[in-house]
Amino acid sequence: MPLLSRQDLDFCLYEMLDTDSLLHTPRYGDHSRETFNQTLNTAEQVAEKYFAPHNHLADEKEPWFDGEQVHTIPEVKEAFRHYVNSGLLTARLEFDAGGMQLPHVVAAACSGYVTAANASSAAYPFLTMAASNLIHHFASDELKNLYLPLMRSGRAAGTMALTEPDTGSSLADIKTYATPTEQGHYLVKGNKMYISGGDQDITDNIVHLVLAKIKGAPAGVKGISLFLVPKWLVDDNGDPAQRNDVQLAGLLHKMGYRGTTSTVLNFGEQDNCVGYLIGEPHQGLKYMFMMMNEARVGVGLGAAVIGYRGYAESLEYARQRPQGRHPSNKDPASKPIPIIEHADVKRMLLAQKSYTEGAIALCLYANHLIDRIETCADEDQRKPLQELLDLLTPIVKSWPSEFGPKANSLAIQILGGAGYIREYPVEQLYRDNRLNPIHEGTHGIQAMDLLGRKLWQSNGLGLQTLLREIQATLQQAAEFPDLAPYSEQLQEALLLVNATTQSVGEQLQQQGPDIGLANASAFLSLSGHVVVAWLWLWQASAAMKGLKSGTNAEFYRGKLHACRFFFRWELPKIQHWSNLLQSADDTCRTMHNDYF
Amino acid sequence: MKVLVAVKRVVDYNVKVRVAADHSGVDLTNVKMAMNPFCEIAVEEAVRLKEKGVATEIVAVAVGPKEAQEQIRTALALGADRGILVEAADVQPLGVAKLLKAIVDEEKPELVILGKQAIDGDNNQTGQMLAALTGMGQGTFASEVNVADGSVKVTREIDGGLQTVDLKLPAVVTTDLRLNEPRYASLPNIMKAKKKPLDMKSPGDFGVDVTPLVKTVKVEPPAERQAGIKVADVAELVDKLKNEAKVI
Ligand SMILES: Cc1cc2nc3c(=O)[nH]c(=O)nc-3n(C[C@H](O)[C@H](O)[C@H](O)COP(=O)(O)OP(=O)(O)OC[C@H]3O[C@@H](n4cnc5c(N)ncnc54)[C@H](O)[C@@H]3O)c2cc1C
Ligand SMILES: Cc1cc2nc3c(=O)[nH]c(=O)nc-3n(C[C@H](O)[C@H](O)[C@H](O)COP(=O)(O)OP(=O)(O)OC[C@H]3O[C@@H](n4cnc5c(N)ncnc54)[C@H](O)[C@@H]3O)c2cc1C
Repeated sequence: MPLLSRQDLDFCLYEMLDTDSLLHTPRYGDHSRETFNQTLNTAEQVAEKYFAPHNHLADEKEPWFDGEQVHTIPEVKEAFRHYVNSGLLTARLEFDAGGMQLPHVVAAACSGYVTAANASSAAYPFLTMAASNLIHHFASDELKNLYLPLMRSGRAAGTMALTEPDTGSSLADIKTYATPTEQGHYLVKGNKMYISGGDQDITDNIVHLVLAKIKGAPAGVKGISLFLVPKWLVDDNGDPAQRNDVQLAGLLHKMGYRGTTSTVLNFGEQDNCVGYLIGEPHQGLKYMFMMMNEARVGVGLGAAVIGYRGYAESLEYARQRPQGRHPSNKDPASKPIPIIEHADVKRMLLAQKSYTEGAIALCLYANHLIDRIETCADEDQRKPLQELLDLLTPIVKSWPSEFGPKANSLAIQILGGAGYIREYPVEQLYRDNRLNPIHEGTHGIQAMDLLGRKLWQSNGLGLQTLLREIQATLQQAAEFPDLAPYSEQLQEALLLVNATTQSVGEQLQQQGPDIGLANASAFLSLSGHVVVAWLWLWQASAAMKGLKSGTNAEFYRGKLHACRFFFRWELPKIQHWSNLLQSADDTCRTMHNDYF
Repeated sequence: MKVLVAVKRVVDYNVKVRVAADHSGVDLTNVKMAMNPFCEIAVEEAVRLKEKGVATEIVAVAVGPKEAQEQIRTALALGADRGILVEAADVQPLGVAKLLKAIVDEEKPELVILGKQAIDGDNNQTGQMLAALTGMGQGTFASEVNVADGSVKVTREIDGGLQTVDLKLPAVVTTDLRLNEPRYASLPNIMKAKKKPLDMKSPGDFGVDVTPLVKTVKVEPPAERQAGIKVADVAELVDKLKNEAKVI
C-alpha cells in the first residue's frame, strides 16, 4: 500500500492549487512538472526504503540511556543519512545556498511522505531544518559560517529548547538565564524538559537553540533571548573539540513518537555552559516564533498524513474483512459481506476521508500561500497574504491535530479488535498522532492566539483576505449547478462567522479578555470547520472539472462525496459553536474548582 | 566504453491495475507511472560501471509515449549522460528490439543493459531479440556482471542455481532482481539532469516498422481466490491433489 495517494497529492497540487503557475516566476523558473514529479518520487523512495521499514521497530525499541550515552536503533541514523544525502534536507534552500529552491508546496508534499512513513524518525531532520533556518535568518555571519555547513551536511542536528519543567505554555516565566562573559559568549544555566532530539547517537554534534533570559533583562516575554548552545564546542573545521556543559538528566518515556528522544537537559551544571547570542538581546521569542510558525504548519501536515495513513489502512481492511450481512438479509446460510458494505463503516471511512484529505489540502494551501508570499514582488500585495498566513497558522496547526487523531480513532474502530492490538499499525498511528495537539503550542493556546490576536491583527486584514480567497472559490463553483447547495451553505457559514466575530469582538472590548477568550476553543473549531469546508468546495469544483475530462470518474466522484459528507455531517456543527460564543456561554468559566 | 541502457515507462508497481471495461487491456488513465524496476537495476549497473571507471558514457534509451521523457530524465538524474526517446505508443517487444538494433548500429555501444522483463507485459523477450538481431552474445537474468579485457562475465540466475557465461564485447545483458540495489535520484542530480541532452526520435527516423504483430484477444482479471479448506491429514491432501485438483 502506498504511503500516500499520489493521485490525491497531484490533484491538490495541480488541479486545485495552481502549482504550475509558480513555474512562471523568476524564483521557480528553473523548475518544471518533471522536476516536481521526480523530487516527489525520490521523497517517496527514501520514505519507503529508509523510513517506513523501522517505524514499528522504533516504537517497540524506544531509545535508551545507559547512564552515559543515549542509544537509538541504527536504522534511525541510516534514515537521517539518506534524508541528508538525497538533498531533501536542503530542498527549500536557494540554489546559492546549495539547495534545490523547491517550492514550499512541493517540499511539503515530500515531507508528507516521510512523516507518513515514520513520524518519529522524521523529527530529527525536520528539527535540523527548522533550527538551521533560524540561524540562517538571525545569527551573525560568524555563527552562520561555522554552524550552517555542519547542520546542512547532517554532521550536526538541531533542537529547539523552550520548555522547562515548570514552564510550558507560558514561556514568559522561563527561568533559564545567561550571563555575559568578557570573551563575548554567554554562560547559560537552567533546566529544559521535553526537548526532542536533545541527545542522540545519530549525529556527531547537536546544536540547541535555547531560550533564556540575560541577567537583568525585563520581565516577561520582552526579556527572552535566544542562544546557540552546541553539545560540543567545535574547532575551526567544525569538528567537535570540547564537550560543552550540557548534560542529559534523563529520557522521557512516551505514549507515541517513541523513536524521537525526549530529553531532560541540564545546562550549566558546572557553570560552564557556553552559549552564543543569536541576533539582538531580548528578541529571542520573536525569532523563535519564526521557526515555530514554520514548525506549526509542519505539525499540521504531520497530523494530516498520519491521519491519512490510518484511513488507507482501514479502507484496505474494510474491503477485505467479511462480517455480517445487510439488515434485510435474513438468510443465515448466505455469505457474510465485506464490512465496507455496511453504511456505518462507510460513515467512518467518509469521516476519515473528509478529515484527512481536507487537512492535507489545508496544509498544502498554507505552503502554497508561503510560495505566493515569496514570489510576490509587490509589497502591497504581499502584506495581505502574509496576514492571511498568520491568521491561518493556528488553524493549520490545530485543525489537523484535532481531526487527524479523530480519524485514527475511527480507523481503530473499523478494524474492531484487530485495531486495538499491536500486530496492526493503526494503534501506533493513533498514539503517534496524539502528540500533535500538545506540542508547538497546545490546542487551547492556539485558540487564544487566533481569537485574542491573529483575528484583529492589522485591522482584520487576514480575515478580509480570507474572504476574498473564498469568494474566488465561490465564483469557480458557480459554474457547476450541482455545487450550488454547498455554495449557499458556505455563504451562510460566512455570515455566521461574521456575526460571531462581531459578537466576540464586542465581548472582548466590553467585558475584557477573561470573558471574551473563555470559549476560544469553540471559535477555533468554528473557524477550522469553515476553512476546511471552503477547501472542500474548492476540491469539489476541481473534481467537477476533472469529471468533464471523462477519465478517473471514480476518483472525482469520491471527492464530491467526501465534500457532501463534510457539508452534511460536519459543517452544521458550527451553528452550535456559534451559539455558545455569541451568548458568551459561561458554563465552563463559572465552574468552581471545588465543585469537581 | 559506451553503455546503452534501455528504460521503459510502465505502471508503478504500487498501483493495483484494473481491467478496462472493454477487456482490451488494463486501465492506465491517470495512474502513476514509473520506470520499470528491472530497468532501474540496469541503469544502476551502468552507473556503477561508470563509477568504477569501466564505462565512459551511458546512453539511456526509451521507446514509448512522449511522457517517457520523464523516465529518461530519471535515468539522467541517476547518472546516465544523455538520452534518446523514440516516440511511439504500444510498441511490442520485437518492434522495440528492432529500434534498439538501429540505435546500436548508430551508437556502437560495447554493452547494452536491459531489464529481464517489464512488469507490465512480463514478456521477457526484448533483450533476447536484440541479441539475435545484432548477433551479440547475451547474458540474461544477470545477478553479477564483471567487465574485463574485452569481455563480460555474467552470472545468471537459472533454475536450480547459478551459471556463469563469458561473452565477448559487444554484448547484451539483462538484469535480474538481485544484481544490485538501485539508488534514488538525489535532488541536486535531478536539477543537473535537466541540462543533459535528450534526443527525440520517431520509428521513421530509423526506417523501422513497429506495427504490432501480436493481437490481444481479451484481458481478464485473475479468478478470485476461493476460501481454503483444512485437510485432516497428508493422505487426504494427496487424495485431493490427485483427484480434485488433478495436479499430481
Ligand atoms: C513528545 C513531546 C515533544 C516535545 N518537544 C519539545 C521540544 O523539542 N522543545 C520544547 O521546547 N518543548 C517540547 N515539548 C514541550 C511542549 O511544547 C509542551 O509540552 C507544551 O508547550 C505544553 O506545555 P506543558 O507540557 O508544560 O503544559 P502546560 O503549559 O502546563 O499546559 C497544561 C494544560 O493547560 C493548558 N493551559 C496552559 N496555560 C493555559 C492558559 N494560559 N490558558 C488556557 N489554558 C492553558 C494547556 O492548553 C494544557 O491543556 C514537547 C512535548 C512533548 C510531549
Ligand atoms: C482487548 C480485547 C479484549 C477482548 N476480550 C474478549 C473476550 O474476553 N471474549 C470474547 O469473546 N471476545 C473478546 N474480544 C473481542 C471483541 O468482542 C471483538 O473484537 C468485537 O466484538 C468486535 O469484533 P471483531 O474484532 O471481529 O470486529 P468485526 O466484527 O470484524 O467488526 C469490524 C468493524 O465492522 C463493523 N461491523 C461489523 N459488522 C457490522 C454490521 N453488521 N453492521 C455494521 N457494522 C458492522 C464493526 O462495528 C467494526 O467497526 C476482545 C477484544 C479486545 C480487543
